[in-house]
Amino acid sequence: MTTDSKSAPDFVAPHVRSLPKSGIRDFFDIVAGRKDVISLGIGEPDFQTPWHIRERAIEAIERGATRYTSNLGTPELRQALAAYMRQSFHAEYDWQHEILVTVGVSEAFDLALRAILSPGDEVLYHEPCFVAYAPLIRMAHGVPVPVETFRKDDFRLTVAELEKKVTPRTRALLLNFPNNPTGATLDLTDTEALADFAIRHNLLVISDEVYSELTYEGGRHSMAAIPRLRDRLIFLNGFSKAWSMTGFRLGYACAPAPLTDAMMKIHQFGMMCASSISQTAGLEAVRHGDAAINEMRDSYHLRRNFVVASLNEMGLDCFMPRGAFYVFPSIQSTGLSSKEFALRLLNEYNVACVPGGAFGACGEGFLRCAYATGMEPLKEAMDRMRTFVRALAR
Amino acid sequence: MDALLDLLKKNARESDATLAKLLGTTEQEVRARIAAYEQEGVIRGFQALLNTDRLDTNDVRAVIELRIRPEREGGFDRVAARIGKFPQVESMYLMSGAYDLLLFVKGASLQEVANFVSARLAPLDGVLSTATHFMLKTYKDQGVLMESEPHDDRLQVCP
Repeated sequence: MTTDSKSAPDFVAPHVRSLPKSGIRDFFDIVAGRKDVISLGIGEPDFQTPWHIRERAIEAIERGATRYTSNLGTPELRQALAAYMRQSFHAEYDWQHEILVTVGVSEAFDLALRAILSPGDEVLYHEPCFVAYAPLIRMAHGVPVPVETFRKDDFRLTVAELEKKVTPRTRALLLNFPNNPTGATLDLTDTEALADFAIRHNLLVISDEVYSELTYEGGRHSMAAIPRLRDRLIFLNGFSKAWSMTGFRLGYACAPAPLTDAMMKIHQFGMMCASSISQTAGLEAVRHGDAAINEMRDSYHLRRNFVVASLNEMGLDCFMPRGAFYVFPSIQSTGLSSKEFALRLLNEYNVACVPGGAFGACGEGFLRCAYATGMEPLKEAMDRMRTFVRALAR
Repeated sequence: MDALLDLLKKNARESDATLAKLLGTTEQEVRARIAAYEQEGVIRGFQALLNTDRLDTNDVRAVIELRIRPEREGGFDRVAARIGKFPQVESMYLMSGAYDLLLFVKGASLQEVANFVSARLAPLDGVLSTATHFMLKTYKDQGVLMESEPHDDRLQVCP
């Protein structure tokens, strides 16, 4: 045995070792296993997957449709997605060369970054945001550059903030609207301004629009609907949120053929294809799932009204988010940090919410409350929070 | 359908305060709208939805298909109105197809329901035939499964 003999930790690559642990993971460890907790910390729909979709998955297994599919995804699903993109996003994508079916949006995101980044390339992304963005950029050997969004703008991303962070090394701009964790959405002037910014600085745009079906007011304004952006856009979407299909792990990317081809190269060696059973279920969802989406969207919409009214009434300021299933109230009036607030709310009142700081430094002072939970627990959670906030004020 | 009616269909016991927050309106407005619906006869009542299989009772339920002779004036309505007045009849519908009226009937025993059919329904003027089917188990009623799907088993916190 020599002195420089390596032990297990030494084999972990430095860029992986240096990844910070997710703030959500921290909080999960605290909550895990506790009974009687009402959780508003779940970034996942509470609805069961609509039965007609589950039924098709069962039928796929019975019929033996359980083999590898084309790397890109089944032709039927890609054709259906092309039709869906045309109808719902006013965007034309050639199903044979421009659509790639992936294992959730997360894989699509990873593929997009690995396909476009060289070591040291900078990527602009907005905070507060989904916890995976910065780590995935790092693992693709890029440099994540956070851009802040603010309560005063209802957490919309502004070009003024982007201009402060863009450099000659900036390669891409990541977008996620409707947004997790704030519920922020973009309107038409925002998407146009962001497109102009990307073109002016010669950037690629990766737009994760997985919550787009859950838009309640103001219409859906997608980056995919901007023709002049088409050649520099990788559009990502998935089935998890729209059809409550999280465990099916199904997503897709739409992009010009050279970009789709580059992502496909990585996908074919790393993943081969998305689950064939999930693809059958996804085909059913995209073809016949409109009624299910409408019903779930209406339900989220009403619950959002309830939660926003309740939080504002108890003195936790929050704007009316137009999409996703999160509200992002400010807890600054209580004088606590968001982590202290969340910990005390959990320990003293058995309600779990995620501290805003888990979604980026500028999320400090806020709390993510997911309203993807039933009305009864939601009412109880609001009652408990009201009691907590009143007790703090005394 | 009005979102207020949708919410009441799902849970008629929802408080006015919660309904107001859900709909982005005031409690007074909610009360006024419910009163108006009652006035117009749109809302005909509020009932609990029971899984009677879980109750300690021997009540039996039956579905009865009835063929009746329509009358020159009034069609089926007059006969239907007479039948509907029996308290044993819980629901009744005019149907297309092989029979005319479909009845949901409740009684304290098989015998009681059988007697009701033979002594009350069948002899009625205009009733041509009856076919009685006893219900054995309720799986779903008013859109609600009697045995719910498994409890929420999602991770307690996730991104």
